[in-house]
Amino acid sequence: MNPLDGNAAAGELRTIFAVDVTAAMGQCVGCGQTAPLGAARAYQQAPGLVLRCSGCDAVLLRVVAGPDRTWLDGRGLAYLQFDTSPS
Amino acid sequence: MARAAVLGRLTWRVATVSAVRDETATARTLVLDVPGWPGHEAGQHVDVRLTAPDGYTAVRSYSIASVAAEPGAPTAGPGASADTVTGGEQIEITVEQVEDGEVSTYLAGVAGAGDQLEVRGPIGGWFAWRATQSEPVQLIGGGSGVVPLMAMVRARAAAASPAPFRLLYSTRRPQSVIYRSELERRAADGLPLTLVYTRAVPPGWSRPPGRVDAALLASATFPPSEMPTCYVCGPTPFVEAVADQLLSAGHDPGRVRTERFGGLS
Repeated sequence: MNPLDGNAAAGELRTIFAVDVTAAMGQCVGCGQTAPLGAARAYQQAPGLVLRCSGCDAVLLRVVAGPDRTWLDGRGLAYLQFDTSPS
Repeated sequence: MARAAVLGRLTWRVATVSAVRDETATARTLVLDVPGWPGHEAGQHVDVRLTAPDGYTAVRSYSIASVAAEPGAPTAGPGASADTVTGGEQIEITVEQVEDGEVSTYLAGVAGAGDQLEVRGPIGGWFAWRATQSEPVQLIGGGSGVVPLMAMVRARAAAASPAPFRLLYSTRRPQSVIYRSELERRAADGLPLTLVYTRAVPPGWSRPPGRVDAALLASATFPPSEMPTCYVCGPTPFVEAVADQLLSAGHDPGRVRTERFGGLS
C-alpha cells in the first residue's frame, strides 16, 4: 500500500476542475504546512482517492467518483492558492 | 504557457497507435495520434484507458516521452525526429512491460499500428519542467522513471535552453537502458550522464553493481549549494531512498520533485 505522489491524482481531479489542482499550493489544516498538492501523498487503493499531507499525514482531500456523481471532501485544506499568471 | 493553465475539464480522447519502436527487450515506445491534443509540458503524463469487449476497463498513467511542438508550428518533419518533437496532435509514451501487468502487457507487447485506445491528458503541472526555468536541473531516474526525464532533456534541447542539466539513470543491467543510443549521443553533445547498474555491469565498469547511494549522489549530481531543482522518478522504494538522501545532503525540500510509480501495471 505504498502511496504515490499527489501528481497521480491529477487526472481524477482534472475531470472535476478546469485547472490543475496538483500545481496549486494548499495549506494543511492539521499542521499548517503549505505545499503543492502534487507533493502530497496520494492513496488510490481505496474505493476513492485520498490525498494526505506530506508533513503530518492528515487527510487533505478525498474524492469518490460513482457512476453518475462525484463527492469531494476538502475538510483538511484551509485554502488552495492557484497561479493565474498568464505565463 | 497559458494554454497549460486553464484548459477546461478533461475528457477521454480516442488515440490511434501510428507506430511502435522497441527500446529494450521489455520496453516499447508507442507513437499516438490524438486528434485535438492541446499540447503538453515536459514531465506531464497521460492516463490510458483500455476497454475489454465485456466493458471492463483498466486505467494506468504513463509519462509522455515526446516534446510538444510549439503552437502553430508545422507537424514535425523527418528532420525533427532526432529530437522527438512530435507534431501538434501526436504524443509518444514509453511503456515498460510489468510481469502480469494487464495494461503494460498489451501496450508493450501487443498493440500495433492502427489500434485504438483512450487517453486523458495532459496531466500534472507539478512534476514538469518549463523552458522558462533557468536554474540547474538534476534528473534522477530509476528504470522506466527515465521517461519523463527524457522528455525534459528533449525539451531543453528543443528550446535551446542554457539551463545546466545532469542526468543520473539507474537500471538493473546494461541491456535495460531505455533510449541508450540517444542518451549516448546527448552525452557526447555535453549532457553529463551517469549510468548506474544495480544487478550487472558491463566488462570493465568501475562501479560494482549497486543502488544509488549518498557517495554517488555527492560525486555525480549538483550539490545543494548550486540550488538545483531535482526531479526524481521511478519505483516507490527508489524514489523514497533517493529523495531521503537528497534531503539529508541538504537539498531544499521545495526543490525536490518526485513521481512514484505504483505497484499497478
